[in-house]
Amino acid sequence: MSPRLTQKIAFTVLFLATLLVVLPVAVILAIIVAKGASAISWEFLFSMPRDGMTAGGIFPAILGTLYLVLGAVLFAVPLGVLAAVYLVEYSSDNRFSRLVKLAIVNLAGVPSVVYGLFGLGIFVTFFRFGASILSGSLTLGIMILPVIITSAREALESVPRHFRTVSLSLGASRWQTVRHSVLPHALPGILTGMILGLGRAAGETAPILFTVAAFYLPRLPQSVFDQTMALPYHLYVISTQVPGIAENVRYGTALVLLALVLLLNLAAIVLRYRFRKRKKW
Amino acid sequence: MKPARRRKLKEWLIEKAILLSGVFSVVFVLLIFLFLLREGLSLFRGESVLDFLLGKSWYPISSPPRFGILPLILGSVLVTLGAAAISVPIGIAAALFIAEIAPARLKEALKAGIELLAAIPSVVIGFIGMITLGPWIKNLFNIPTGLTALTGSVTLAFMAMPTIVSIAEDAVTAVPRQYREAAIAMGATKWQTTWRIVARAARPGMVAAVMLGIGRVIGETMAVMMVTGNAAMIPTGMLQPVRTLTATIAAEMGESVQGGAHYAALFAIGIVLFIITFLINGVADLFLHRSRR
Amino acid sequence: MVAAAAKFAISGLHVHYGKICALRDLNLDIRAHEIFTVIGPANSGKSTFLNCLNRLIDLAPASRLSGEIRLDGVDIRAGLEVESLRRKVGIVFALPLPLPISIYENIVYGLRMQGIRDAAVLDEAVERSLRESYLWDEVKDRLRSPAMNLSGGQQQRLCMARILAGRPDVLLFDEPTSGLDPISTARIEETMLVLKEKYTIVLVTNNVAQAARVGDRTAFFLMSEMVELSETSRMFTTPVDQRTSDYITGKFG
Repeated sequence: MSPRLTQKIAFTVLFLATLLVVLPVAVILAIIVAKGASAISWEFLFSMPRDGMTAGGIFPAILGTLYLVLGAVLFAVPLGVLAAVYLVEYSSDNRFSRLVKLAIVNLAGVPSVVYGLFGLGIFVTFFRFGASILSGSLTLGIMILPVIITSAREALESVPRHFRTVSLSLGASRWQTVRHSVLPHALPGILTGMILGLGRAAGETAPILFTVAAFYLPRLPQSVFDQTMALPYHLYVISTQVPGIAENVRYGTALVLLALVLLLNLAAIVLRYRFRKRKKW
Repeated sequence: MKPARRRKLKEWLIEKAILLSGVFSVVFVLLIFLFLLREGLSLFRGESVLDFLLGKSWYPISSPPRFGILPLILGSVLVTLGAAAISVPIGIAAALFIAEIAPARLKEALKAGIELLAAIPSVVIGFIGMITLGPWIKNLFNIPTGLTALTGSVTLAFMAMPTIVSIAEDAVTAVPRQYREAAIAMGATKWQTTWRIVARAARPGMVAAVMLGIGRVIGETMAVMMVTGNAAMIPTGMLQPVRTLTATIAAEMGESVQGGAHYAALFAIGIVLFIITFLINGVADLFLHRSRR
Repeated sequence: MVAAAAKFAISGLHVHYGKICALRDLNLDIRAHEIFTVIGPANSGKSTFLNCLNRLIDLAPASRLSGEIRLDGVDIRAGLEVESLRRKVGIVFALPLPLPISIYENIVYGLRMQGIRDAAVLDEAVERSLRESYLWDEVKDRLRSPAMNLSGGQQQRLCMARILAGRPDVLLFDEPTSGLDPISTARIEETMLVLKEKYTIVLVTNNVAQAARVGDRTAFFLMSEMVELSETSRMFTTPVDQRTSDYITGKFG
């Protein structure tokens, strides 16, 4: 076989493999939109479930997920951004900073169900928060911490070294330099990480299974110590645990969850793309 | 001088907070392990570690209960191997295509697509796998249920691919341009260069990509629970229902009594999972560092 | 007043980066209101020397200093906070490095970091420093536009204005014209000659002719050591050391 022919065949094979990776996104989207769109209505989105979830809407699940995600981000963003500032701006490459980096790698690799166990052990039981929005948010927050730290680190590292040198040479202190000459330029990147973290927290089920999620709770949570329904767990419940739910309701729930998560991710991708293009140094 | 003093104090506090945030990531890892141990170790007062790991029966609610997790380990291994067999070749091929062959615009689009695939919640993938792939496999092989190890492997393969593709793609992109130029200058075709030179130079990064992909599969919970049928038996083939370590925790925690042996056993499974993923991620990180150098 | 009061007094200064010695046993005085130029080939230690004077050297990983540097008699490491040292001793880098903010904000950056908020004070500082660096007429109508839009020569003069806004004592120039065209270079040099009436200037340059044009005294550095220090006119007519003579006549460089 001539090298040119081999090349042609090889490239075709690689292309087909790539299609195989990307196509499922389209297929999954297509199936879910096609079968779920008919379920979407004002009532579906904004009313309580009724009759053991066979009728009514999924409003408490949507709201619950929003609460959980908001709580997770409130906890993880300050902590994650400061940790990234520590790694990029304050630590030289010493033993402790290497330990921190290793810890972040491992946090990113811990299975989501283990986060669930951890949340159950520490927040629900040890701190006696019970199964509550607080426990669930904290658990999700720790889970998305590596996402936040990693993207904040990349954002900080992309700010040119000389901004810091110039700022320090003008008599600014170290923190002033970070605050005025580094963080503002890293903000879009940090924001991207935050949105990615939001998306991740919104879609996860296992960490909230034992820490907050309610099977069927047709009212809205009153405080952070309340349980709540949540979209991903609700989808799991209606697709495996409760028989007799109309198919389009299941697909509709999946559609709402998928739309929420994908829109967040799309926003992050667009934001990052525009930030890279606009960068002036 | 007073405002200056106040500023100094403020900065001192902020810098301590920054250091503390760095400390926290380490603390969280330790806390996770500590709390798994705290809740899980009590199991081993009445049970030897060996019986737990190698016991052939998992009957947590019969009396007396049996807490052998060998069937669950084998279930996880089987599903993971199946997923790896599918996702590794496809993932590496896609990474080569995206990094070396695709034109710039297509490359951006493909990378965005892969990021979106990574973002799809596992419960949605599980849902789709359960109601489309399951029946399809059932009919294809003419078996009583479509929720099998194979279904799990195929489903999980798609969840591993984004990880494998994006990390392997980084490794391929990081291969110095001179390698390619030297090969092309000696008359190699683009494909020969890609396959013999670039892919080989990127190997440590690809190993890391595969390991992280496998780490993701082992830890995956919801999708696997929804599509593998959840039978806690020692599996003998890909077309049988199996149950994984993760699915066991997720499915049974709700029924267990806090502080009881079953509860402790589920945390003990958590310890096993934590150690496995800790090792996989640690080794993958070593390979990543090697590929960066 | 003593005729030639020492602004900087440097004695027994050694600098190491890890195990590499970058500056060996340096002893010299820099007089107030002179232009003190330092010449020498690359890696001779001249930039290291400059970075010692405002302790930017502290940023280099694994850098170690021994010996003593006194500014107006005060030890700059033991007796001064690093922030106030850097306000007193400003630096202009080899490349124009404006921050990606407006012209105005670049100039008041140091003042804002001191906690000065009064708009009148800031406005005054902007106008004064831009006039001192001969940039006022060119930019006075677009102070709020991005500094990155200025030409290279203008950016470099903005960097000078940025230091002058903080009313420093000493100006350090680290090969400030290496990236500029001859006309911009001439303007920077003219500006320096005016500025030395009010400030002490230390100029590091790899351009021997530049040292001859503007320097009052010149030091020649080679391989981490100072070979020779004398009045500029004397160094360029009757150098004492053969290596100095070889360097300024272009036998090596």
